Amino acid sequence: MATVRFEKAQRWYPGADTPAVPGIDLEIEDGEFMVLVGPSGCGKSTTLRMLAGLEEVNSGNVYIGDRDVTKLSPKDRDIAMVFQNYALYPHMTVADNMAFALKMAKVPSEERKVRVREAAGILGLTDYLDRKPKALSGGQRQRVAMGRAIVRQPQVFLMDEPLSNLDAKMRVATRTDIAKLQADLGITTVYVTHDQIEAMTMGDRVAVMNFGELQQVDTPLSLYDRPNNRFVAGFIGSPAMNFLEGEMTDGGLRIGDYDLPVPRDVLQKATDGVVVGVRPEHFEIASDNNGIPIEVTLVEELGADAYIYGTTDVQGTPGHLVVRGLARRDVAKGSTVYVSADAERIHVFDKATEKRLN
Amino acid sequence: MIKLINAALAIVAGVGGMLALFWILNAIVERLPGRWEERLKPYVFIGPAVALVGLFLVYPAVQTVIYSFADKNSQKWVGFENYKALWNDDNFRSALLNNLLWILVVPAVSVVIGLLIAVLADRLRPTSEKVAKSVIFMPMAISFVGASTIWRFVYDTRFAEGDEQIGLLSAITTGLGFDPVSWLRLDAWNVNDFLLMAIMIWLQAGFAMVLLSAAVKGVPEDTLEAARIDGANELQIFFRVVVPQIWPTVIVVFTTVLILVMKVFDIVYVMTGGNADTDVVANIFVEELIEFGDDGRAAAVVVVLMIAVIPVMIYQVRRFRMQEAGR
Amino acid sequence: MTQAAPTVDVDPMGGEGQKPPRAQRFTLGSVVVRATVALLCLLWLVPTIGLLVSSFRSEEAVKEDGWWTVFASPLEFSQWTLDSYDSVIFDQGMGSAFLNSIVVTVPATIIPIMIAAFAAYAFTFMRFPGRDLLFILVVGLLVVPLQVAFVPLLRLFSQYELNGTFLAVWLAHAGFGMPLAIYILRNYMASLPHEIIESAAVDGASHFRTFWSLVVPMSVPALAAYAIFQFLWVWNDLLVALLFLGAGENEVVTINLRDLIGDLGQEWHLLTAGAFISMVLPLAVFFALQRYFVRGLTAGSVKG
Repeated sequence: MATVRFEKAQRWYPGADTPAVPGIDLEIEDGEFMVLVGPSGCGKSTTLRMLAGLEEVNSGNVYIGDRDVTKLSPKDRDIAMVFQNYALYPHMTVADNMAFALKMAKVPSEERKVRVREAAGILGLTDYLDRKPKALSGGQRQRVAMGRAIVRQPQVFLMDEPLSNLDAKMRVATRTDIAKLQADLGITTVYVTHDQIEAMTMGDRVAVMNFGELQQVDTPLSLYDRPNNRFVAGFIGSPAMNFLEGEMTDGGLRIGDYDLPVPRDVLQKATDGVVVGVRPEHFEIASDNNGIPIEVTLVEELGADAYIYGTTDVQGTPGHLVVRGLARRDVAKGSTVYVSADAERIHVFDKATEKRLN
Repeated sequence: MIKLINAALAIVAGVGGMLALFWILNAIVERLPGRWEERLKPYVFIGPAVALVGLFLVYPAVQTVIYSFADKNSQKWVGFENYKALWNDDNFRSALLNNLLWILVVPAVSVVIGLLIAVLADRLRPTSEKVAKSVIFMPMAISFVGASTIWRFVYDTRFAEGDEQIGLLSAITTGLGFDPVSWLRLDAWNVNDFLLMAIMIWLQAGFAMVLLSAAVKGVPEDTLEAARIDGANELQIFFRVVVPQIWPTVIVVFTTVLILVMKVFDIVYVMTGGNADTDVVANIFVEELIEFGDDGRAAAVVVVLMIAVIPVMIYQVRRFRMQEAGR
Repeated sequence: MTQAAPTVDVDPMGGEGQKPPRAQRFTLGSVVVRATVALLCLLWLVPTIGLLVSSFRSEEAVKEDGWWTVFASPLEFSQWTLDSYDSVIFDQGMGSAFLNSIVVTVPATIIPIMIAAFAAYAFTFMRFPGRDLLFILVVGLLVVPLQVAFVPLLRLFSQYELNGTFLAVWLAHAGFGMPLAIYILRNYMASLPHEIIESAAVDGASHFRTFWSLVVPMSVPALAAYAIFQFLWVWNDLLVALLFLGAGENEVVTINLRDLIGDLGQEWHLLTAGAFISMVLPLAVFFALQRYFVRGLTAGSVKG
């Protein structure tokens, strides 16, 4: 078990115009479940692969515990990795798959057997040890891949989108299994995903990346409640946050005929206007006409609550807005409703730098 | 018996020796400090292959070009004399023309027959399809010499009064009332060339069929269904939907057969020895080398072949590059 | 999604009940279809059948009338004989030529495969300067007529007194087969999931280990395909054998057959038996392993 530390680690693919990861600084604590999340091409996989040793680090350093592993080959780093396609060895049985790394490490065959049995027991694979991967279901294959990592008892687990090949239901079930397993084993884990729900539900902390740069590293709730910048705000949360622009007034923002109160000191920090983010659940339907008028185009009834999708032609609004409302309120398609934002829960970003102001 | 033991020993020694070589080189490299190990290991893996290719293809190719400018024993330079001599040799010029005919006709006919079988057999029941394809594919396993022997029993002709024909073709034509014809000497309209080409087509159509069949079966069913719904008839579907989708395979088959045809000498060598205007360039090479012992001329013949292959080579490399880019 | 080694999903030889509703794929008159296929098959089979039938007939019969006349009375067993085989195998040296062919073919098949497999691994999974250039060279050499090699090699071999020896042909075939072997194997290996190799690296396997424990077992279809290909090629080769081995003590079946045709052009009965002996082994290998062969051919060239 160990901490993991990136120090200005850079990856620049040969022939590329810009680095895939210009230089990442990140510290992961011992036993922590760290999720790297971001849209595709944001450098999250590259970062993970630099830690694995599968990707050369062009400059900067990577540490596991106190060891500088920057130049070490993967086999010398004491890590285990779960791949998106599981990368099971097709011609080996489940048991052989799980024992392969131990064999490479010259672990005696008796101990190998014990450790494989143990891991298989944890994952419920005992009955499948003699099967070949081809004879397993997707979920079982995923567990074999996990088992291969567990038997190693490595210092760090690396997981590269390990759930993306499962169907939706299986994904939700396995999500909690992995999180629980990790908590039980207490092994430092770095987990890459593009799915922000996975990130929110699994990670002790989440690192949001975009264009190869870390945007914010924080606990899931802090990311949700206090996103550092507009990108994080828009990326985390589903349906996504609404962004409003308006005319700055003294002590607020004027959006059409609606006045949104924003503290004066916050507005003063802005270089060139502000963008206000409001999550769907922080809108409420105004009883009178004091709010932003939206024309309802679609109502998603989810039973517990409902999402109202609407358009608006008020200057400064994005044209489309999502508002969470109470379920079964019979908001009719085509009708116009007025919504107002909860002034305590709004997120104010600088229009130019996109940084958080409040 | 001794021979078999020798062979077994050779296999063990050859294979074991190669293994030992790889193992030892690998062990040495693994002892080197990390960076050097990573740097050198690839060369250990490709080393023997590169050595073989270098020794048996690259070096001789260069050497051959050099020899082509020297006399028969490579004792003195003769400049372009060998090439001039070839150019003035009627036999060589006719061989060039014959080759041109071969590389146009054989690949094209092989592709057409292969495609025909691929498409037609696709509509048969599975067992019939398998049998039919095996029959067409079978000649792939037969040597050119063996095939030539087989076809002698088709092309043989007897002229003596009262003799029965033992060649199938002659038996049929004389049965229909024609006079017996010496097929392989019939150079009017290049008939004898075409008869020799038939042997090659017989051998290669199976190859074309296998690749084209895979391609035809790989055409997504839904594109056919879409075309059907759009109102195309079966022929239109074939030519407008299927053929464009398998076109890359058609090209692959065509070039592969074409290259083979350029190199082929066995059929001509065994069947006619290049007589009656049937010679091809690859056979002239063997004649110059073995019969006349003129290494310079032989080398020049090869250089001509090499030059002829260059466009195909460029095409091949470009295709490979595109394929890699899409990987 | 699956991590199973990639295979061509359709078996181009058909059969095995894996036909979706292809029957309705085309709906043209099926009688015409069957007749055409049957005719072509007949056309393809007849010459070989003629050879086979003739090889079991007596010398006089072969020389006197067409082989098809036997079908008038196929059950008249007195007309069948093994004399031609007897004569070809023992008097004409086809028996020892057959052994020589085996001696030539087996090592000339196995050795290049192994060497090429190592090279293909490096070309696929290792990064090193010059890799792409070298591989382009291999692709280019695929089409070079091997005639380019003969004049210099004959001289080189004669310097070391290798002409006429088995070693010369083994080496020559290993060298000539190398580009295609590397090309087929690399194409196949490149289609293996890259993650498996990375996973092995993380699991602590060296390249040598990854090669033997993972890549070789997963590449069996391609290895088998190339093995069949090279086997047929070497067994059926006349050119290399003619120039490096020649006639005499070490001659192989193709040379022996050529001599039968050339010297005994009128001994038709001997030709038939000789030709058939030369074809037996490749045909057997071919039919036994056809599946692998077809798969290898398609995997090697259909991609892209």
